[in-house]
Amino acid sequence: MDFISILSIFVLACFVGYYVVWSVTPALHTPLMSVTNAISSVIVVGALIASASAAVPGSKWLGLAAVALASVNIFGGFAVTQRMLSMYKKKERKDG
Amino acid sequence: MAEAAATPAWVLLAYLVSGVCFILALRGLSNPESSRRGNIVGMVGMTIAVVTTLATHSFATLPEIVGAMAIGGGIGLITARKIQMTAMPQLVAAFHSLVGMAAVLVGAAAYLNPEAFGIAVRVTPIASPSFVSIYPVSRIEMGLGVAIGAITFSGSVIAFLKLNGNMSGKPILLPLRHVINLGILAAILLLIAWFTQDQGPWVFFTVMGLSFAIGFLLIIPIGGADMPVVISMLNSYSGWAAAAMGFTLHNSAMIITGALVGSSGAILSYIMCRAMNRSFLSVIAGGFGAVSSGGDVAAIDRPYKRGSAEDAAFLMKQADQVIIVPGYGMAVSQAQHALKEMADKLKAEGVRVKYAIHPVAGRMPGHMNVLLAEANVPYDEVFELDDINSEFAQTDVAFVIGANDVTNPAAKSDKSSPIYGMPVLDVEKARTVLFVKRSMGGVGYAGVDNELFYRDNTMMLLSDAKKMVEGIVKALD
Repeated sequence: MDFISILSIFVLACFVGYYVVWSVTPALHTPLMSVTNAISSVIVVGALIASASAAVPGSKWLGLAAVALASVNIFGGFAVTQRMLSMYKKKERKDG
Repeated sequence: MAEAAATPAWVLLAYLVSGVCFILALRGLSNPESSRRGNIVGMVGMTIAVVTTLATHSFATLPEIVGAMAIGGGIGLITARKIQMTAMPQLVAAFHSLVGMAAVLVGAAAYLNPEAFGIAVRVTPIASPSFVSIYPVSRIEMGLGVAIGAITFSGSVIAFLKLNGNMSGKPILLPLRHVINLGILAAILLLIAWFTQDQGPWVFFTVMGLSFAIGFLLIIPIGGADMPVVISMLNSYSGWAAAAMGFTLHNSAMIITGALVGSSGAILSYIMCRAMNRSFLSVIAGGFGAVSSGGDVAAIDRPYKRGSAEDAAFLMKQADQVIIVPGYGMAVSQAQHALKEMADKLKAEGVRVKYAIHPVAGRMPGHMNVLLAEANVPYDEVFELDDINSEFAQTDVAFVIGANDVTNPAAKSDKSSPIYGMPVLDVEKARTVLFVKRSMGGVGYAGVDNELFYRDNTMMLLSDAKKMVEGIVKALD
């Protein structure tokens, strides 16, 4: 991909982010932060590629360390978000 | 530059799909009912991104990758399960620091081995050994990515230490800090520009070192109650760091996600600043609340009404409607479960109970909502400032627990007050205000006295928040 296509994706994604995040209810701002934490760890993709560099050992270990750090976030972030979201409940309707 | 042809179309499509999954995950958060599904969609997106990368790139041996993931994932899962809801702000700060560090590590790996990422060309000048030259655009992207990542890391570490109580929440003010900070920022930008001319390691690692330093220096002067802005800002930075790495590695999933997270954090910072009526720059400049309250000593001697748990129980039992206003003090004393019990007892007496949340109550956006949700308070009883503020005038009792500045009427009337202009909850309009506070001595975070304490319709309940609420619950029996 050339620089201009990448830049286009980036700018459009910023706008999507802008409108989507304004629609998030303030009550869920904490889960919003924890889930954005989890998804920004998609940087694990870069870490996996970095760990491929067998020719440069330093690069490989940096990559593996980054994989481990990003994994803490991916698993921890999604899990804690799920835990929080499962606590939000509506008023119980009285049956009958 | 043949590297572009190496990425098959289906891989690009797969990254696009995972980007869309992340958008849907955020979109789901518009409503608690759809949010749980959204979170699952987010996990699917992450799985697609990881599996695609593993399938198309040669990587370290599988056991090594699985090992790294298992160690990281295990720590993450255990933390997520064990963490107390009151500790969410620290946890989020810690997670931010990890994203920042991961960006720095990936940037460093890309710098050491640019050919693996297809961002360099091998140059063979006549009569000298060949060497690898990183594309100038990639050098800028890499430099920015590592700089933002490093700032995110060290800034988040300081935010974590402050939130976790390992470091005082008070602002630490260095002399000449603005000059130092601006100087370092300028040096980082100049060095990144110079990096396009000279790809030597000293440039790269100086940028990294200076960025670690500036992240640290930026956060230490910012006080505890400005943390909602800081934590949102760091959230934003972690996104921009991921996006910059996406640029470096030409990866659309990282760019889309980085842009989403970056705008998300930026919007949250904006909402938090607006809720305090302060400019983003003034928060970042720090030092708010550092001036200690020498002149307030006289004010503390003013007469006020003091009540007991029994008085409070009696007043609330008689009421038609009670609005509970929680703040950081509720989180500190873990009073949310006792509070829910009190609300249930009141409801059994036929009292309507609602909760009013100020956007900056607590230490992070939405902090109070999570704590109330944890205590099983239905979310349709919890209201935002704008939605409930008009109701205080028709309310019998406003029950303020652990909040202070967000209820201070001085924000509406006193132009000399540091919090003047900040939107506040109109609790003083309720017929009676019950104000739970540890003691009369402490002033709110902003260092201003609260006029509300001395009003005729205010009754101070001086005690630890949890003990007081438990006392009221007992008295309601």
